[in-house]
Amino acid sequence: MDTTAPDSGTTSAGLPADTDAAVRIRGLRKAYGDVVAVDGIDLDIARGETFALLGPNGAGKSTTVEILEGYRLRSAGEVSVLGIDPAHGDLDWKARLGIVLQSATESGVYTVREQLTHLAGFYPDPRDVDEVIAAVGLVAKARTRVSKLSGGQRRRVDVALGIIGRPELLFLDEPTTGFDPEARREFWKLIRGLKAEGTTILLTTHYLDEAAQLGDRAGIILGGRLLDVGLVDELGGASARVPIVRWRESDGTPHEARTERPAEFVASVVARHGGEPDALEVIRPSLEDIYLQLVHSAGAEAHDDEEALA
Amino acid sequence: MSDTTTTPTTTTADARRADAPAHAIGTRGTRRGGADGGNRPGMLRVGVSRIGFETKGYFRSPDAVFFTFLFPLIMLGIFTAAFSASGDIVPGPGMEGVSVGAYYLPGMLAAGMLLSGVQNLAVDIATEKGDGTLKRLGGTPLSPVSYFLGKIGQVFVTAVLQAALLLLVAGTILGIALPTTSEAWLTFAWVFVLGVATSALCGIALSAVPRSGKSATAVVIPIVLVLQFISGVYLQFSQLPEWMQNIASLFPLKWMAQGMRAVFLPDDFKVLEQHGEWDLGWVAIALVAWLVIGLVVSRLTFRWIRRDA
Repeated sequence: MDTTAPDSGTTSAGLPADTDAAVRIRGLRKAYGDVVAVDGIDLDIARGETFALLGPNGAGKSTTVEILEGYRLRSAGEVSVLGIDPAHGDLDWKARLGIVLQSATESGVYTVREQLTHLAGFYPDPRDVDEVIAAVGLVAKARTRVSKLSGGQRRRVDVALGIIGRPELLFLDEPTTGFDPEARREFWKLIRGLKAEGTTILLTTHYLDEAAQLGDRAGIILGGRLLDVGLVDELGGASARVPIVRWRESDGTPHEARTERPAEFVASVVARHGGEPDALEVIRPSLEDIYLQLVHSAGAEAHDDEEALA
Repeated sequence: MSDTTTTPTTTTADARRADAPAHAIGTRGTRRGGADGGNRPGMLRVGVSRIGFETKGYFRSPDAVFFTFLFPLIMLGIFTAAFSASGDIVPGPGMEGVSVGAYYLPGMLAAGMLLSGVQNLAVDIATEKGDGTLKRLGGTPLSPVSYFLGKIGQVFVTAVLQAALLLLVAGTILGIALPTTSEAWLTFAWVFVLGVATSALCGIALSAVPRSGKSATAVVIPIVLVLQFISGVYLQFSQLPEWMQNIASLFPLKWMAQGMRAVFLPDDFKVLEQHGEWDLGWVAIALVAWLVIGLVVSRLTFRWIRRDA
């Protein structure tokens, strides 16, 4: 277990007992006319923690995050981000945040270096521009205009702009969309470096492996409510993580069993079979499997609501 | 086949640590600024840095350079070439006239002020609103004051260069005689500064109108174009019907052009103005009034993003 993960002294809702949280949300609600986008969320994110917020499109993820960033006003509830109500966050408060939005489409007439050097000038204690360019792997493109970069490279510029101000709290909204697998792994390294430095990170992503790789805890949001919150390794509860054994009987019928002792179970199947069973698999449910299970079991009705919102 | 090779997951803590050496980035532990934000660079300093940044961006945008920087120069060249054979423009029978180029120079200077301010900023800011630039800036500790210092400063820098280029070309290639009295240049200075400031603020105010970045030019250009036609930029103001002159008098461009005519045309030409006078006092009043309108509307309408209710 990572040392940065909050200890297991969490309440049944998965909330850490720590009151000096980087982010504290109580009863958050956001309605657009009759449509309720966020419907009563409670959540604490500890300082230094990386929290992954998961959920289908239109589930209320972006709305929640944008309320925390100060972009949107809430309809009800209490929110504190680094001790400040984001609805009244001033420039000193913004200087402590790093925000990587979903894809921007700026004209990109500036070079990577110009853009970063300029933005660094807004902050009291910015990172070194060359260090950041190196960290996002754009050294060869430092003197290239942003408009000439590929989608994935532009995304890395977005990330670089988000961290240039040495933020205490970093918002990453689907940061690796458009990255190739190698670039994603490089990006994960970068984020681990930020974590090691003590940066609190709120990550929203569609890549469940990314959430599993980076997140200390994760929350699944659906229909504007938090369906489940917990340590990434414990999300969905122990029962959701019981390994699945699949095989085919000699008559061709597929079988599936869930067991905590898959090796023993497979041995018994082999013994019964008197040989190697067909199409044998032992599966430990990934975060993605658990996520899909949770979202599906939350019901089709809730899902329809999000489609309408999306 | 063993079970381990068929296990598809990577969620264990061990896998997470496998490629996890902390990346070499800013390992300095403590923040110099401290939790209170500390010594954040001042609004003015950031604003000045934005002037350079915005000016660089302006000259790298071919559309902006052509339609707001070079356009008056091109029009002056066309007017001069097209009407050079049609003789001088005279204020009255038997009076001394000026060449068509000389007559249109003040109008083109006024058009340059309008384009550099209104058209440039209205389109630019509406586009920045549409493409996410403003949203990004709104998430940084950039003060709106610094942002607008940058925009207005950029307008001043490029408008001065534009006017200098127009005067240079007029005085050399086109052979137009420029004023020689310090009094005329003083008038030029205040009309220019006041006109550019007014244009810049009106541009910021107008940027709130387009509903998207893509519709910005469609909303802004017709307004600016109509103003130029009724305010004495492309058409001789004295030959427009009075009702059109009166409508034009409600907007700032007519006054900028009139102020510039006072600088560049012989004094005899004042008989062609609406009241037979240059009316520089009214030029100042009209421009200040629009400056205040632009400022108030900008202050009331500007948002980093379209925040919902």
